[in-house]
Amino acid sequence: MTTQYEVVTRNPESAVIVLTGQIDREAAGGLAAAYDAAAASNPTTVVLDFDAVDYINSTGIALIVSLLGRARAEKRAVHASGLTEHYRHIFDITRLSDFIQVFSDVDAAVGASTS
Amino acid sequence: MVQPLELDVAAPTLAQQPHHAAPVGLDPDAPGTAGSRRWWRRSRTADESQNDVATDTSKTQSLTLDIAPNDPVLAFLQGASGPVDVSTLPQGSPAVAEMRESGVELVVPLVASGEMVGLLALGQRLSERGYSHDDRRLLDTLARYAAPALRLGQMVRQQQGEARVRERIEQELKVAQLIQQQFLPQSLPNLAGWDLSAFYLPARTVGGDFYDVMELPDGRIMVVTGDVTDKGVPAALVMASTHALLREAGPRLVSPAAVLGRVNELLCTDIPAHMFVTCLVLVFDRDSGEVLLANAGHNLPFVRGRDGVRELRATGMPLGLMPESSYDEVRATIDPGEVLLLYSDGITEQHNDRDEMFGFNRTQELVGRAQSGSELVDDCVSSLERFSGTREQEDDVTLVTLERSAAARPKELKAEEVLSRFSVASEPGNERLVLAQVAEVLVDSGLTTDQLERIKTASSEAAMNAIEHGNHNRAELPVDVVVLRTDTGIAVEISDLGGRGEDAVADIPDLELKLAGLQTTRGWGLFLIENMVDECEEHTREERHTVRLVLHVDTTSAHQADEPGGMS
Repeated sequence: MTTQYEVVTRNPESAVIVLTGQIDREAAGGLAAAYDAAAASNPTTVVLDFDAVDYINSTGIALIVSLLGRARAEKRAVHASGLTEHYRHIFDITRLSDFIQVFSDVDAAVGASTS
Repeated sequence: MVQPLELDVAAPTLAQQPHHAAPVGLDPDAPGTAGSRRWWRRSRTADESQNDVATDTSKTQSLTLDIAPNDPVLAFLQGASGPVDVSTLPQGSPAVAEMRESGVELVVPLVASGEMVGLLALGQRLSERGYSHDDRRLLDTLARYAAPALRLGQMVRQQQGEARVRERIEQELKVAQLIQQQFLPQSLPNLAGWDLSAFYLPARTVGGDFYDVMELPDGRIMVVTGDVTDKGVPAALVMASTHALLREAGPRLVSPAAVLGRVNELLCTDIPAHMFVTCLVLVFDRDSGEVLLANAGHNLPFVRGRDGVRELRATGMPLGLMPESSYDEVRATIDPGEVLLLYSDGITEQHNDRDEMFGFNRTQELVGRAQSGSELVDDCVSSLERFSGTREQEDDVTLVTLERSAAARPKELKAEEVLSRFSVASEPGNERLVLAQVAEVLVDSGLTTDQLERIKTASSEAAMNAIEHGNHNRAELPVDVVVLRTDTGIAVEISDLGGRGEDAVADIPDLELKLAGLQTTRGWGLFLIENMVDECEEHTREERHTVRLVLHVDTTSAHQADEPGGMS
């Protein structure tokens, strides 16, 4: 199963990575490529939209940590949207939500990046 | 380091009469060989002398005298009264030679209560005339007043020093006691069908006895009691390291004989000569009451059975005495209603006012009349206290009782209901099959949506560990999954064939360390599992390794998530 992620640029400040399916081992290449594509327009904020994601495991968490590390090194903020209650909880206990601002939907996440 | 005693009362008086004078006192704190006396002299500093017009500073000297206990000058001065010319002091005394060399002309012994506590040493008069009769009388009077004051000062200083040392030692012992108490179980496990009690009383602030209770990976319980020869701090230090070795070896080696053998090897290399440790290791099965024990010279346990008291016999060399000692493993059974006592020789070897020992017979009698484990402990403690009378406690006392309830269930009667049993091949990604199957089985099991999500995440993480770390992605090895309904909720058991000998303890994942590149970005699996479920246990039986995940289903009130995240 290959994972394809779509990158949408909604305004000059932010790039949205629309994720689908599962964030696990197999997402590694796709997620890195999606981040490269998102970073190409040099946005100040990268939004990860999890709305269409149904599964994130510990390997997926590690991939998100790596992506966050790259974004921080490049001085980009990372926002997240569309997380279910369960994964919001996991973002909290892993403390990812201390570094990634979590929004209920992608519009709010993009909106916050322009202000 | 050497603080001069304040005897300045003498200095101005003599300075006005232009002499060089300074008291030389016995310094009680000075280190030195036993009996040797170290004398010090307060010399006047250049600053002080500048204000003293009449004094010729060039002749002021500092003098420190070490007078050997066998120096004849000591006896001479002790018997002298009043000022003594150095020229009349015994020849051949090293101290006198030194005085002469330093230009001392006159010495006045400072004698208090018949003991010489100091010496006033004077050089040449500045007028270069000899000391007059009046000078000597004045010095004699001065010495009579100065000596008791000097002695008092010395005694006060000595006592203060001793009090400080005592206080520090007491403080350190208190801390040591606290540390040692941490080694002992803070509470005893609550075991269905069994009642454990324990008592520990060191003879001094810290002791050499110890006991411990550990749950083994296979669910059996290991009880350890031990006694280090000697008491107090040396015993406590050896106790601490023995305890640590047992804690490490116990759950890993499981077999009592193997545990003792291993700890003996390690102790033999490190333990001080003349010290050793007696130790008894006992493992019991909660369900069957079956006991395995091995003994390294410790007191044999007594068991109060239906027909009186029996001893569980197992023998072996104490730990730390002989390398390569081997230990027999003895099998026994504790039946429902029976009580077992483990005890140290602090109880059997305690004496009373008539110099009799408490002994094994009295101990055995106590076991014979035991109604329960905790009552036996109380009975032992109060009997020993009555027996001792005015005699002090001679050694550390440790008591541990194990009681199997009369109504003990032979096996968990409340059988767990198996909801589903399935296996997946150890191929990467198959954890998602486990997740899907567990979700399907549990969808209508009474779990909340949040709980269902949690058990799904925990099951898939545990399955991923089993596939990768347990079975090393070898597709032919199965990962077995059992979903159960228990009397407290839902359990999922996931097993692989990878054993788990000495797993390194995983780092607790720390996001900041990971972002700083100080920890790998991975390592979230175990953390997620532990945070998702109410209980997480691991068992290893030979190569079969099982993780049991439990979620409690509260039938009386709504489930309360213990993490706030789900509600935010």
